[in-house]
Amino acid sequence: MNEMTAIKTTIKDWETDQEVRWCPGCGDYAILKAVQRTLPEIGADPSKTVFVSGIGCSSRFPYYVESYGFHTIHGRAPAFATGIKLANPELDVWLVTGDGDGMSIGGNHTMHVIRRNVNTQILLFNNEIYGLTKGQYSPTSREGTPSPTTPLGSVDHPASPCAFALGSGGRFIARAYDVSKDLTTVLKAAHAHQGAAFVEIFQNCIVYNKDRFDDFTAKPVADATQLWVKHGEPMLYAKGTKGIALDVAALRLKVVDVVDGDWQAAGVLVHDQTNRAIAHMLVEMPFGAYPMALGVIYDDPRPTYESALLSQDAKARAGRTPDLAALLAKGQTWTVEG
Amino acid sequence: MATAMMDGPDALTGGKDSAGLAAPEAVVVRFAGDSGDGMQLTGGQFTLSTALSGNDLSTFPDFPAEIRAPQGTLFGVSAFQINFGSTEIDTAGDRPDVLIAMNPAALKVNLPLLKPGGLIIADSGEFSKRNLEKAKYESNPLEDGSLEKWQLLSFDISARTLDAVKPFGLGNKEALRCKNMWTLGLALWMFDRDRQPLIDWLNGKFAKNKVLADANIAALNAGHAYGETAELSGPLRQVHIGPVESEPGLYRTVTGAESISYGLVAGAQLANLPMFFGGYPITPASSILHNLAKLKEFGVTTFQAEDEIAAIASAIGASYAGQLGVTSSSGPGIALKTEAMGLAVMTELPLVIVNSQRGGPSTGLPTKTEQSDLYQAVYGRNGDAPIPVIAARSPSDAFDCAIEACRIATQYMTPVILLTDGYIANASEPWKVPDPKAYEPFPVTFLEEPNGPDGELHPFARDEKGARPWIKAGTPGLMHRIGGIEKNPLTGAIDYSPASHQIMSDARKAKVDGIAKSIPAQEVTLGDASGKLVLVGWGSTFGPIHQAVRRARRKGLDVSHVHVRHVWPLPENLGDLLRGYERVLVPEMNSGQFKTVLRDQYLIDARPLTKTSGQPFTIAEIEAAIEAALA
Repeated sequence: MNEMTAIKTTIKDWETDQEVRWCPGCGDYAILKAVQRTLPEIGADPSKTVFVSGIGCSSRFPYYVESYGFHTIHGRAPAFATGIKLANPELDVWLVTGDGDGMSIGGNHTMHVIRRNVNTQILLFNNEIYGLTKGQYSPTSREGTPSPTTPLGSVDHPASPCAFALGSGGRFIARAYDVSKDLTTVLKAAHAHQGAAFVEIFQNCIVYNKDRFDDFTAKPVADATQLWVKHGEPMLYAKGTKGIALDVAALRLKVVDVVDGDWQAAGVLVHDQTNRAIAHMLVEMPFGAYPMALGVIYDDPRPTYESALLSQDAKARAGRTPDLAALLAKGQTWTVEG
Repeated sequence: MATAMMDGPDALTGGKDSAGLAAPEAVVVRFAGDSGDGMQLTGGQFTLSTALSGNDLSTFPDFPAEIRAPQGTLFGVSAFQINFGSTEIDTAGDRPDVLIAMNPAALKVNLPLLKPGGLIIADSGEFSKRNLEKAKYESNPLEDGSLEKWQLLSFDISARTLDAVKPFGLGNKEALRCKNMWTLGLALWMFDRDRQPLIDWLNGKFAKNKVLADANIAALNAGHAYGETAELSGPLRQVHIGPVESEPGLYRTVTGAESISYGLVAGAQLANLPMFFGGYPITPASSILHNLAKLKEFGVTTFQAEDEIAAIASAIGASYAGQLGVTSSSGPGIALKTEAMGLAVMTELPLVIVNSQRGGPSTGLPTKTEQSDLYQAVYGRNGDAPIPVIAARSPSDAFDCAIEACRIATQYMTPVILLTDGYIANASEPWKVPDPKAYEPFPVTFLEEPNGPDGELHPFARDEKGARPWIKAGTPGLMHRIGGIEKNPLTGAIDYSPASHQIMSDARKAKVDGIAKSIPAQEVTLGDASGKLVLVGWGSTFGPIHQAVRRARRKGLDVSHVHVRHVWPLPENLGDLLRGYERVLVPEMNSGQFKTVLRDQYLIDARPLTKTSGQPFTIAEIEAAIEAALA
C-alpha cells in the first residue's frame, strides 16, 4: 500500500460501465466483488489506483474496475507494473494474473517482480486450467488431468504458486479462495504490506474445471480441511479439534488432535507470520493428510525495489545540475579556430 | 570526408625514393593482436591522439564474439582499424597501409586486407613454433619470403617491452601486458604525435598503481624511441599528416553508442520529460544502457530487466505513467520485443526502440555489423502495426536521429524504431559538439481534463496529426482502461466490431503515414537531382557510398547519392526524386531489403547491391558497382 490520503468511496464507485463478460457462475465474479469491497475499506483513490493484467480470463479484470487499468500481453504484466511503479511510485498497483499467465508463460516475470520486491499486490487466480483457450491443462493442474491436449491425463507435476513465490524471495505470501468471506481480509493485509504481496486465490472455473477445489471449499468439508492461519494465534482447524505441530525430529509439520481445547498440551504451533521456515512448510503441506493452509502465511517486509532504486538515483542526482551542454563537451576536446 | 588515397605505401616506408614523395593525405592503420592484447584500447588511444592532432578520422573496431578466445588462435584475433587524414574521412578505409600484427594469427587473418606494398610491423617474439602452429603456418612467414610483396619490419617487441619495464619489477605476464603501449609509442612516433595526452591518460587510469602507470609510460617511451632509432637504420620513416580543414568550433570524438545515449537525453529534455530506459544486456547494444546508467542527474532511470520482453514492457509501463519510455537491443532481442511493440501500437503510447543491428539471423554474428533488420523494423509484426523507422548514418548523425525519434514518439503517440548498427555503435569519429539550445523544443502536454463535449473522457480522440491524448496514469478523474484488444474509436472501451476495427486500423495507419508531413523533403546528398544513376542508401553505408560516388563523379560519371534517414514513412518527395534517374542502385548490408521497400512504395526498378559478410562495404566495391551499372 502507499502513503496516501484515504479517499471515501463506495463499492459502486469501483464499478465500470462495462458489461462483465465472464461465464455465469465463474469464481471471478466473487473475486471482483471482494476487490471492489476492499478498495473503499482501505481508502483507495481511484485516480491513484492501477490494475495491470496479462492475458487470460482473470486478466479481463481491469476493465471492470473504475480505476486506471492496463490489459497488457500474455505473462508480462509484472514487467509493465514494474515500469509503472518506477515511473510513479505514488500509484497503487494491483497485478491480476492466472495460473497460465503467471506461472507458465510469465513465470519468469512473476519470479522477478517478487525477487525485486516491487510494491504491488499480485493476485494469482488459480483455477488449475486454461479457461480462455478452452480447457487445456495448466502448470498447476494435478497429475492425471484430462484435457484437450492431454486426453490420457497430464503426466507432469504441478507447480505450487505459493512455494514458487516464497522460493523467489517473496516477503508476503497468502492464500484464499474466490467465495471465501475472508478474501477481503487477505486482500487488505496484502495491500498493507510494503513490497510484493503475493496472493494465490483458488478460483472455480465452472466450465472447464468445475468444483475442482470442492475437496476443501465445499461447505460439508470446509471446517475439517481449511486451516486459516492468523498471526499470534494457534494453528487450529476442525472447530479446534485438530492442530498443526512441529515434528522436531523429522523437521516437518504434523497434524495433532486437540483434546478439550488444550492446544498447548498438543504442542500446536502459534502462527508467526515472520517465520520463513514454517511458511515453507505450510505452503507445501500435502493436502489430504493435511489441511489446506489459507490466510496470511508469511508477512515480513523489507525495503521495496522502487524505494531502493529511486533513493539511489536521488543520491546520484543530489547537488548536481543537469547540464547537457557540459556533458556533450566532456572529455578530451579540441577547438578548430575560425 | 574522403579517403583521399595516400601516395602509395612507399610514403610510409621510405621506399626507393623517399625524398621525392609528398606527405599522404590519409593513412589506414590496422592494429591486430590476440583478444587479450589490448588492441581495442590501443586503437582507442591512438584515435584520441589522432583527433587531438586535428586529423579527420573514422575507426572500425573488429573483434571476436568470444571474450577471451584461446590465446594465439585465428578466431581469437581482435583488430582495430583507423583511417585518418588531412582531408575529409568517412569510412575506416578499404585496405590498411600499415598492419601491426602482434602474433602469427593476427598476421594471417589480416594480411589479405593489407595493400600491396603496405607495411607490416610484426612482433617476432610471438612467432614461436607453438604460435605458428596455432595460426596454421607451416613455416615462419617472417623468414620464408612469403611476405615479399609487402614491406616487413619485424623485431622482438615482447623482448623490448620486457627490457623497457624491467626497472619496475613486474612479473613476466604483467610486464608483457605493456606491449600494447610499446606498440602505441611506435605508432605515435610514426605519425609524429604528441605523447603527453597518453601519458596523462595512463597516469589517470593507473592513479592507484603508480608502478603500473610508470611501467606503461616507460613502454610507450621506449616504443617511441625505437622509432627514432630505426629511422636511422631501417625502412621505417616518419610521416606527418596535417590537420583537416573543418568548421570552426569545439570538437571531440564520439561513438554511436555515446551519441545515441546523449541524443536520447536531449530528446527527453526537449520533450520536457523524465526518461525511463528498460534494457537487457546484448551485444552490441549494451553500451547504451551502460552510458545512460551514468546519467541519472538528467532525469534518467535505467532498469536492467530480466529479459528483452520485460525491458520493453517496463518502458511501455513507464510511458503509461508519463515518462518517456525507451528500450534498446539488437536483432534477436528486438524479435523478442515484437509482441510488446504491437501493444504500444495498439495502446498508442510513446516509446523509442533502438536496434543496434548485427549479423543475423538468430545469434548470427554478435560482434559484426549488418543492416538486415530492416524488414523486421518496417514489416515485422503481427497484424497491421505501422511503426515509424529512422536510420542513423554515422556516430555523429545518431545524436540528431535519437532526438528525432523522441519527437515523433511523443508528438504522434507511437512507438518509433531507431536503427543503428554494430559499426556505428562502436566506431568513433570527430564530432562538432552540438549546442542543445539550437534544437526546437517539443514539450509534451498531458491531458488534465475530460476532453469529450459533455465532460466525458475520450482517450482515443485524435488531434489534427491523428495522435490521441497522452493521459498519465494517476491524473485525477481521468481513469480509463487500455489494452491490446481492439477498442471503440471514441470511448476506448473494448469493441471488436467490424466497424471499429476498420476505423482504428485506418486511423493507426493514417497517423503514421502522416508523419511524412513533418519530416524534411529528401535531399540529394551528393550530385544532381536527376541523371543516369542514383545510389540510394540508408544507415551506416553512408561512408562508402558517399566516397564511391565522389570518386566516380571525379572521373566524370553521372551518378548521385541519396541517403535516407526516414525509412518509414519515407519522405513525401522521394518517389518523384528517384524517378528522375534512369537507374536506381541500393547498396545495403543485407540481401536487398530497402530495395524491396522502394519497389513496393514507388513501383520503380530499384536494383540491389548487397553484402552480408559482417564487414562494411569498401569504397572500391561500390565504385566497381557504379562503373558496372553505367557501363
